[in-house]
Amino acid sequence: MEKKKSVFMNGLLFENPTFVQLLGMCPTLATTTSVKNGIGMGLSATAVLILSNMLISLLRKIIPDKVRIAAYIVIIAAFVTIVEMCLNAYLPDIAEQLGIFIPLIVVNCIILARAESFASKNGVFASMLDGAGMGLGFTCALTIISTVRELLGAGTILGIKIYGDTITPMAIFGMPPGGFITLGLIIAVINFIISKRKAAKNK
Amino acid sequence: MMEVISVIIAALFTENFVLVKFLGICPFLGVSKKTETAIGMGMAVTFVMAIASMCTWAVNHFLLERFSLEYLQTIVFILIIAGLVQFVEMFVKKSMPSLYSALGIYLPLITTNCAVLGVALLNVQNGYGFMLSLVYGTFAALGFSMSIVLFSGIREFIDERDVPEAFRGFPIALITAGLMAIAFTGFSGLTI
Repeated sequence: MEKKKSVFMNGLLFENPTFVQLLGMCPTLATTTSVKNGIGMGLSATAVLILSNMLISLLRKIIPDKVRIAAYIVIIAAFVTIVEMCLNAYLPDIAEQLGIFIPLIVVNCIILARAESFASKNGVFASMLDGAGMGLGFTCALTIISTVRELLGAGTILGIKIYGDTITPMAIFGMPPGGFITLGLIIAVINFIISKRKAAKNK
Repeated sequence: MMEVISVIIAALFTENFVLVKFLGICPFLGVSKKTETAIGMGMAVTFVMAIASMCTWAVNHFLLERFSLEYLQTIVFILIIAGLVQFVEMFVKKSMPSLYSALGIYLPLITTNCAVLGVALLNVQNGYGFMLSLVYGTFAALGFSMSIVLFSGIREFIDERDVPEAFRGFPIALITAGLMAIAFTGFSGLTI
């Protein structure tokens, strides 16, 4: 049980794919213009991660070693297509907002990295748990970034107005440059906290 | 002709893949520490994206659309790109060994560069024909190369400066990219 818990927490915190491993930067920057888009992207990627980790773990003894990467990509692409169809059918407005970045989940490095480094070596249940942890870690990161960007860029959170009449929101944070700058500042803050904690431990 | 020119301007400046559309950020941040490697990466990506635009257009037009299998686009395109990268790697290794050693490990990495799959999907989404697909693919790749080379030049300078500890490495690189992106917003609205 302890091990299961640590597999899950690993993805969520200690090896957070976005803030610590710096994987999957394209969707992280592109879809965090609003909290709704960020969460939509995060949960879509989580669904693909759990499903592809499950299937790859099930097939890990059947797939020949030489063609494994190609096989993983096909499996991931199949699940991405399914998720894309579901989004188009049930959540058309989010599908339209995310646009090309839904099919681009295929080339999100997080998913291939987990397939290669975890699902191909571990059991089905542990792999699904790893997928869920990593996926939620990614979702949390996107939520944090998109909250900052939506609050500063539009003065709203999830479309609810926080301020805006007295202070003009800084539209730059909703635009591409704001994505780079927000992510840079958040990672700097995390680095600062980590180095402070390390220094405190050494004393 | 005017259409081609406006596609070129969009691909290079107003819709720059890295700084405006956020495609291909991983190699942009990963292999931009030295200008030399950035140029190598840019060349490899340009080569693959130009060929990929042609191949995916042909497969989409002659196979998928004819048999109304458009929903298979993602799977088919990524397979084409993976195969293509493998093929280009073998071809370059055999016929141009000097270029092969210059590109090194960057060639196989291009498969997971979202700019390549992105350009294939955008060509379909924008309804470009063969000619425009090829032009858009090539110039979007040149736009990518331009930004990665410029960025690597700036990063080489930053490496020599005394950056606050928390900002070292990725954070300062991201903020630099943000400032470059602000410069690129100046191009928005540029049309012919």
